[in-house]
Amino acid sequence: MNKNVLLYAVIIIFGLAAPFVFPAFKVQLSILCVLIVLATTWNIQGGEMGYNTFGNILFYGLGMYLCASVQVGMFFPLAEWTESGGEKTFVHTPTQFFQGMAVGLVVAAVVPTIVAGLIGYAILGLRGHYFAICTLGLGVAAGEISGGIEIIGAGQGFTTPPFPNVGGLEARGEFFYFLSFGALVLTFIAVRAIYSTRFRLILNAIRDNEDKAEAMGIETMKYKIIGWMVSAFFCGLAGGIMGGLVGYIDSTDVAFDGREMGVFMVLMAILGGKGTLWGPVIGATAFHIFKEGFWTFFLGWQYVALGVLIVVIVIYFPEGIMGWLREKYPERFGEVVDEADRKAQVELK
Amino acid sequence: MVFQYPMITVQACLDGILLGILFALIAYGMALQWGVMNIINIAQGDLVILGGYIAYFMYLYGIHPAWGVIVSPIIMYFVGVGIYKLVINKVVDRDLFISILATFGISILFMQLMNFAFGADVVLANSGYGTTFLFDSAVVLPNSKIFSAFVSIVFAICLVIYMKKSKLGRAIRATAQNARAAKILGVDTEKVYAATFGLNAALCGVAGALISITFTIHPYMGLPYTIRSFMIVIVAGLGNLPGVAMSGMGLGVFEEFADYILGTEFRIGSVFLLLVLILVYRRFKLSRKREYLK
Repeated sequence: MNKNVLLYAVIIIFGLAAPFVFPAFKVQLSILCVLIVLATTWNIQGGEMGYNTFGNILFYGLGMYLCASVQVGMFFPLAEWTESGGEKTFVHTPTQFFQGMAVGLVVAAVVPTIVAGLIGYAILGLRGHYFAICTLGLGVAAGEISGGIEIIGAGQGFTTPPFPNVGGLEARGEFFYFLSFGALVLTFIAVRAIYSTRFRLILNAIRDNEDKAEAMGIETMKYKIIGWMVSAFFCGLAGGIMGGLVGYIDSTDVAFDGREMGVFMVLMAILGGKGTLWGPVIGATAFHIFKEGFWTFFLGWQYVALGVLIVVIVIYFPEGIMGWLREKYPERFGEVVDEADRKAQVELK
Repeated sequence: MVFQYPMITVQACLDGILLGILFALIAYGMALQWGVMNIINIAQGDLVILGGYIAYFMYLYGIHPAWGVIVSPIIMYFVGVGIYKLVINKVVDRDLFISILATFGISILFMQLMNFAFGADVVLANSGYGTTFLFDSAVVLPNSKIFSAFVSIVFAICLVIYMKKSKLGRAIRATAQNARAAKILGVDTEKVYAATFGLNAALCGVAGALISITFTIHPYMGLPYTIRSFMIVIVAGLGNLPGVAMSGMGLGVFEEFADYILGTEFRIGSVFLLLVLILVYRRFKLSRKREYLK
């Protein structure tokens, strides 16, 4: 327990100090936080529940559009804003910007949760590959349809409100870094709390054998929907932050980017190790470092490298880093895992 | 609209049926490998597009693109066997999601390689077949569409006969029924799997060549073809060839109507939404059946 507290304290201190220690990497660090949030929430579905989804990108994109729309729509007519595109005829004052962002993030988190609850009953009844393909279809359909809606910019994209001119040059980066770091901490605490309750055991039971779980008297559908709603909440939040960070929303290239972000979150969770608390965190960090470090060497060939990477990871490394570590150092690993497991057991009793 | 402008309806139906026959050909390939190897190939659409580019390149070098119908499947057969040897044989017995993700990786890889090799332009191999006018030129049918539907039907019939009569066809069907029993009785299942994947790729090659003649091809257009064939297979069921043909045509007609009524920008979106709706409908139908058992 003591070791854990120390670990978390080190991480928090590092997280708070990071933008000042590495001022040049603020944007990269914010993106890393968002990626970790996405991988962790995907893991609730794919890792713990065994429902491999490509569709969490739906909530991410939805959150992105909602946050930006609310932020603009609270103060200005939305249609005129998107029509003017890059030219800024309307300017947010700092108060308006932060108020809009706060309300926007709340909406961006809550609405996808409701959407997940509504479609969950229909979609989560599907099993295995039907579920995977269905969610893939959902993500792509959302991208195609939002690309045809005029009020949110259709094909030409949606420029999010620029950061107001307060607090010097570094303020924008620091604001978004702390926002995404806050989202990360919130997500991690929430997921950790969830994982230490009976809920995780139920999710694992659904993964291992859903029919048996149902036969044991667990209302599997209810828990599946709750699980999906939890991931939708944090996915939407991450999307809202990412929209402000990127500053520009395009239907298929930024928001509902199934080919990039949608695959990344699956890949990061698998790389780190499905069904573990720390796996997605480690996987996202490793993936992001690899991506940023080596992407420039593959200039123009990034997607080729990505395709090869997916195939290699999936075929030769399906257990992920955590699985590999567990095999390599079972006793050292056992300690960490047992601690969490034991706690869950105690709380059960 | 359907009754106000009957000619548009006729046009949409004919277009849709001719298009749907092509979809059915791709879906037949998918049903084949799904049934035999229990693999869902997300890269199916990208194989189609690659086949299309082969025909397009023949057209660029002055050969009539219709010959692509012969050449493209031969090349694609070896591409398919190559993919099988490199990747697919490692995921055949594994979790289905692994195969979906692995083929998704192949799909991204192919998409990007094609983008580098052939450029990101929308291209079309001009067959120079002219058009047919029906009903006082109210309905316009390009001859290339009729040609492509005809060729697809010929290939489908050939394949069915081949699967029924030949030794390899019987081996494939035996493996689909029970891989272990087939292995015991001396069928080299590894070879059968490779041949099945190759056949599937060859079918995609034919369909791609026909698509490059009748419609347009673009490196990023693969995924909708995968989704369409998946949809056709789940509606028709595995190993139900008339069903595949019928639901292929139905999908084609649906798409043409969606195109007319909603507008072209929602065409792909409506296909994906239809997939979701079909899956959800299927889920409720199945769950009702399950309740009967209760």
